[in-house]
Amino acid sequence: MSEESLTVLRSPVKLEYTFTAGETSSRFLRGFAEGKILGRRCPECEKVYVPPRGNCPICTSPMKEEMELAHTGTITKFCIVNLPFAARQIEIPYVSASILLDGADVPIFHLIQEIPYDQIRIGMRVEAVWVAPDERIPGMESITHFGPTGEPDVDIDLFEDADA
Amino acid sequence: MREVALVAFAQSPSVRQDLRRNEVEILTPVIAEAIRWGGVPRKEIGFTCSGSCDYLAGVPFSFVSALDAVGAWPPIRESHVEMDGAWALYEAWVRLQVGDVDSALVYGFGKSSVGDPRDISVLQLDPYYAAPLWPDSVSLAALQARALLQSSGYTERDFAEVVARSLRDAKRNPNAQVSGDFSPDELVKARYDVSPLREHDCPPVSDGAAAVVLAAGDLARKVCERPAWIAGIDHRIEAHSLGARDLTKSPSAALAAEKAGMGKGSLDVAELHAPFSHQELILREALGLGESVAINPSGGALAANPIMAAGLIRIGEAAQLVMDGSAKRAVGHATSGPCLQQNLICVLEAR
Repeated sequence: MSEESLTVLRSPVKLEYTFTAGETSSRFLRGFAEGKILGRRCPECEKVYVPPRGNCPICTSPMKEEMELAHTGTITKFCIVNLPFAARQIEIPYVSASILLDGADVPIFHLIQEIPYDQIRIGMRVEAVWVAPDERIPGMESITHFGPTGEPDVDIDLFEDADA
Repeated sequence: MREVALVAFAQSPSVRQDLRRNEVEILTPVIAEAIRWGGVPRKEIGFTCSGSCDYLAGVPFSFVSALDAVGAWPPIRESHVEMDGAWALYEAWVRLQVGDVDSALVYGFGKSSVGDPRDISVLQLDPYYAAPLWPDSVSLAALQARALLQSSGYTERDFAEVVARSLRDAKRNPNAQVSGDFSPDELVKARYDVSPLREHDCPPVSDGAAAVVLAAGDLARKVCERPAWIAGIDHRIEAHSLGARDLTKSPSAALAAEKAGMGKGSLDVAELHAPFSHQELILREALGLGESVAINPSGGALAANPIMAAGLIRIGEAAQLVMDGSAKRAVGHATSGPCLQQNLICVLEAR
């Protein structure tokens, strides 16, 4: 037996999962294939959730009322990303933002493009840019990014009540 | 010690693979049912604690999304253990001892079907000596079963008798996943999965969830006609290294039972969390359970084994028998880790 001491032990770990999105999320994801952003409204506290939940995370009421949301919204916060990472092949710096879609009470998270990163601001109006209809899939990737609408900025104080 | 009791128990039926619902969707109706039976309004529950495992779910912080089933806004006092819900119950019991809150919601959930639980369980082993050999949970249990056969008078037929009794009793359990009439003589003719264990000696892969409501003192008496009082609860652990343990015995279960005062009175029923048939034999001996004690009338983990909920279900099933008047004193047991490494004993009684 070799006298050389063991200094490195490689022990690969690989696990495979079959993920179930669940009833509500499945409907949400399938909506993207049809060019729709779907949310649900809580019958008790009337908040509109996107992504939708089966029951309201605040009051636990079942949420059955499904609704189609606008493809436009307002940036409520954003982050300038300066570090590249493997899963996202995109030129840095780029901006990820919380976007409160018109009619929704919680923001979604997406990429902002078509405008230099240092001109992006809270309150800016943006709209979804979709892939071509025949390339749409049941997933958020069907929206490549959000770009400016050119409308005037919105006063951010209006979002005080939203969980934005 | 402050008097604390289980006042409600709810569980989902265990199924092999729920392809329709995610964990939150399985959990939501279970929690709603427990709260409905518990009689403590959701907003008045003083503490919430859950047990689940991100490795099982394959999702980081999966327990956070599960809070959707609870309603965690305005903020609630909440905690989580990366363990079976039975240990969440232990934490809630400790929390209720502080005395500033009188009730707690405890839940455990797991979709064992999304990955391969045999492989996932390897990641709980030490990463240097054991895990690189990739000994899956059934193989380790088989080592334990082999050691038991060689050191005791037990035979593979004794394992089969545990299975036959469990699956027969499970016929009366609407939440069981596997049940039926099997003869031990027929069972031992089946081929081995990992010798000396056959498929029926191993737990099914199950998706499911369970929840209980705990209440202290007068609140428990107010909301429940016959609360299942926690007379004692304790958990103990053995060495992590499998080679450092005598796998044929369960000193941690015996010590937990002693500390929980299990022997202070006679028992009507014991719900043992023995995912593998031979483990029931080890536990019976460690706990000194005689013929007069009914073992696993629910069918136990051989009939349904939603990982991270199966231990809490044992305590819930035992408590249910106290609450419905069919048992005066019962014990619920939960295990964690490979080959019964860690054991929890919860002694429940009517008062």
